[in-house]
Amino acid sequence: MQLTLEFGGGLELLCDSEKIHKVNVDLPNGAESDDFTMKHLLSWVRTNLIKERPEMFMKGDTVRPGVLLSGQLDTRIEEKDVIVFISTLDENI
Amino acid sequence: MMSNGGDSSEIIRELEELKLKKADIEHRISTLEAKLQDTAAVERYDTVSNGDSYPTAPELKHGLSPDQIYRYSRQLLLPSFAVEGQSNLLKSSVLVIGAGGLGSPALLYLAACGVGRLGIIDHDVVELNNMHRQIIHTEAFIGHPKVKSAATACRSINSTIKVDEYVEALRTSNALEILSQYDIIVDATDNPPSRYMISDCCVLLGKPLVSGAALGMEGQLTVYNHNGGPCYRCLFPTPPPTSACQRCSDSGVLGVVPGVIGCLQALETIKLASMVGEPLSERMLLFDALSARMRIVKIRGRSSQCTVCGDNSSFNKQTFKDFDYEDFTQFPLFAGPLNLLPAESRISSTEFKEILQKKEQHVLLDVRPSHHYKIVSLPDSLNIPLANLEARLNELTSALKEKEDGHVNTGSCTNPSVYVVCRRGNDSQRAVHYLRESGFDSAKDIIGGLEAWAANVNPNFPTY
Repeated sequence: MQLTLEFGGGLELLCDSEKIHKVNVDLPNGAESDDFTMKHLLSWVRTNLIKERPEMFMKGDTVRPGVLLSGQLDTRIEEKDVIVFISTLDENI
Repeated sequence: MMSNGGDSSEIIRELEELKLKKADIEHRISTLEAKLQDTAAVERYDTVSNGDSYPTAPELKHGLSPDQIYRYSRQLLLPSFAVEGQSNLLKSSVLVIGAGGLGSPALLYLAACGVGRLGIIDHDVVELNNMHRQIIHTEAFIGHPKVKSAATACRSINSTIKVDEYVEALRTSNALEILSQYDIIVDATDNPPSRYMISDCCVLLGKPLVSGAALGMEGQLTVYNHNGGPCYRCLFPTPPPTSACQRCSDSGVLGVVPGVIGCLQALETIKLASMVGEPLSERMLLFDALSARMRIVKIRGRSSQCTVCGDNSSFNKQTFKDFDYEDFTQFPLFAGPLNLLPAESRISSTEFKEILQKKEQHVLLDVRPSHHYKIVSLPDSLNIPLANLEARLNELTSALKEKEDGHVNTGSCTNPSVYVVCRRGNDSQRAVHYLRESGFDSAKDIIGGLEAWAANVNPNFPTY
């Protein structure tokens, strides 16, 4: 699945200071493309994109406090979606 | 003959005095000018009505005076804004919290466009290193309250509006009283506890909040608590982890970035006050200066579970007054030393010097980022940056164990203590707070960090 992931507000520092990542996400084994949700994507990002301090991105199976996620964990992700992760600007990551 | 030092302090004192006099004279001039304008208008009107040679000024339903029509003509000529928009604006009142990088352009535009009553609150004074971004201030006001400087600038642009000055810090004790006097609140502050405090107060008072942020090369903007939209807590119910907020290491900002966001805050405020257009509610504007990108994302709506604006919220004015926002966010409300720990969990730099002299067994933990540690550090210290402390706690445990084993051999019986140091003494308190929660009961922080060490113990120790 082709997706564009954007990181801002300092979160890009966790992934090699690159803000925009055009990625190709392989669906989990046996999953239909209909099943791919934000929860799956977060775990994919944590494994494949976050290079350091994963605790600055996630807490449990969701994003940590201070990171804004538009939509919910069960929001379905579709081909060519653009997903933006931002952190409040009052903090320096 | 007087020494040079005596000379310069005399000159500085005289300069300060002259600057104060100058500000006072400027203020008197603008007051007199405004008075003169009013008197002249009345006299003109008298001449006209007595002389009978011209018809008197017509009674206008919108209530704008001829001077106001002329001053705001370019706004009146906008079909989408028009005289109704201007009339609403003139009747409105706005409070801008913070006269810094965001507040500067916001205040200039709000004063210029004719907001009827403009409140400014800030406890800080103007400094030279503010000038690159806080464009409302001038060099003449360095060392003087930002509110005085900002109010003078606003009055010199528009002497016909009312400007209220609050040279004080916003706290839970004065927030309700001050905010309640205004229709719209502009958050131009820069730290998590202020954000939560201002948002909660706006919810209690039912005021829309125009919130802006700028850091480094990025900016953010949204309108909270407007027309059923979310408040700050709906989006961020839990404060960010303390390791994410490090004012201890200043991160910098390009002046024009808060300038852009502050202008947009003025714009959203003008739209709300004049009741024109579509406010930026339930949406957030993200500005990335480096890549020249501006993006607007949809954000979550109001949360029915929100502890402050939610359906079952028990948050009231008394809860607000008693709420400790510094404790909630583990972040100081104002730049300056954080006061997170009780006195018995802290020692001064001179006390630490005595510990070194007495050769008391201890581990000195330096929690600065490793690139800081490489610049300069105290001898025989262990560097674990605050951000990695949780993951590398075992290193501290083994360092303590080593010292303890040394003890057994020397026959001493006291357990080694942990002393924590950082650059200025904020992160060290956060680290001690965490360490004590994790069972390191002996952990203490060195008050004021390495800067205090350099100031009080070793003047040759480099600071940066």
